[in-house]
Amino acid sequence: MRRIKEFIIEKLILISGLTCVLFVLLIFLFLLKEGMSVFKTVSVLKFLLGKNWYPISEPPQLGILPLILGSLMVTLGAIIISLPLGVACALYIAEVAPLKIKEVLKAGIELLAAIPSVVLGFIGMVTLVPWVKHVFRLPTGLTALSGSIMLAFMAMPTIVSVAEDALYAVPKAYKEAALALGATRWQTIYRVILPAASSGILAAVMLGIGRVIGETMAVMMITGNSATIPKSILEPVRTLTATIAAEMGEAVVGSEHYFALFAIGIVLFVISFIINVSADLFLHKTKS
Amino acid sequence: MVKFDIKNLNIWFGGVHALKNITLQIQANEILTIIGPANSGKTTFLRMLNRLNELQSNFRMQGVVEFNKQDIMKMDKEKLRCQVGMVFALPTPLPLSIFDNIAYGPRLKGIRNMAKLKEKVEVALKRAYLWDEVKDRLGISAFNLSGGQQQRLCIARVLAVEPEVILFDEPCSGLDPISTAKMEETMLKLKENYTLVLVTNNVKQAARIGDRTAFFLNGELIEMDKTEKIFTTPSDTRTDDYIRGKFG
Repeated sequence: MRRIKEFIIEKLILISGLTCVLFVLLIFLFLLKEGMSVFKTVSVLKFLLGKNWYPISEPPQLGILPLILGSLMVTLGAIIISLPLGVACALYIAEVAPLKIKEVLKAGIELLAAIPSVVLGFIGMVTLVPWVKHVFRLPTGLTALSGSIMLAFMAMPTIVSVAEDALYAVPKAYKEAALALGATRWQTIYRVILPAASSGILAAVMLGIGRVIGETMAVMMITGNSATIPKSILEPVRTLTATIAAEMGEAVVGSEHYFALFAIGIVLFVISFIINVSADLFLHKTKS
Repeated sequence: MVKFDIKNLNIWFGGVHALKNITLQIQANEILTIIGPANSGKTTFLRMLNRLNELQSNFRMQGVVEFNKQDIMKMDKEKLRCQVGMVFALPTPLPLSIFDNIAYGPRLKGIRNMAKLKEKVEVALKRAYLWDEVKDRLGISAFNLSGGQQQRLCIARVLAVEPEVILFDEPCSGLDPISTAKMEETMLKLKENYTLVLVTNNVKQAARIGDRTAFFLNGELIEMDKTEKIFTTPSDTRTDDYIRGKFG
């Protein structure tokens, strides 16, 4: 009787585990099946590097280069803002802050992660967008820069908590050894602690990028949604994610447009897969 | 000449009274060994001399510690730590090459000239009796050295800063007997130019290399005298008991 119970529980857990993998596999297969159809009419190269995205003109022009550049620009901007801020914040929490401030800060950052992205997007729309428009004297404040600033806030919690873990994992002996040699606190942080935590910090950045590049709602609301190749960060852009969200509703099922949106999904899938794997590699390096 | 003059030193960590009314002097060019069971305050005493105790936020002290007749609490702590180096219980090579580990201290002082750094590294390694073993592979990671070599690397790293006093916190606790013998030999030779304070759990080691020995128990200094006297005719029975291995 006992044996049977053990057997059943064991198999149930096994099935649960396999289901997870199965879901991912099915999603990927579905994405592949729907997305690949578009390459019957457009070559892969033309799809990725085509400069025009006019999916409903006749014949449709399905080049996603403007969308890729839009995503990259917004992501790059967000990382440039959130990386120094996030790492400095993690340093403060891990090395400098007294215990009480540390706890308050950590709770605050967790709260930041808990704000729904649509709320952040909404706040950005009514505060950040007019500000960007005013400061840079632009015809519209719906720009890649606005999106970058907004997304920087979303990437921050991830970057701070992973980077803080990495800094915390640096052996205390390193710190004491450096201090005992007459190094100041800053010299210790800069020359010993940061280098020792560098791969963990890189992983934090990677995870931050993953978070940003997959974000949809907030970017759609504040980047202006113009599918043209952006010349500067002060122009409206459209990201890969926003394109899918905005156009899926109106695309005719089975049309080239419909398949093209799925192909964008594959591109996104590949990008986040690469980012996650590299983050994993960096994290693994920290631990070994 | 008196290097360290400690008067009525009391230390607390939170509610724990870790050191009680310690008064003692450390002479230049001697090896002062400090013995005592676990939790007797030996390490706390040692870490007071280069102000590492302050890293703990609940640290509190009373009394005066003078280094070269200057109150250390009024000194710049980075400057003090340059003059009072420390070697820890477990080897603490930084995640750098052998060369960069030793050059770390001089670089902190702003020395950038490569020829000068090379000279300093060589001198320090020779003084720590490690030069012959590593001179052909200064570029490899310090983690590739054996435990004993790593510990001598740490001594060389301290020497490169050119301190006057070197504190040793149970430096041989993780080493095999041969490496320990080499460490002791190194320390005895260092005595000519430096003042050494050695905390050790190994009573025999204290007897072998100490000039004077202090016995700590429960945060109190029980007695301090010439090492020979401590180990032959101690004046306190507790010292006698500890040395004979009756407790601790």
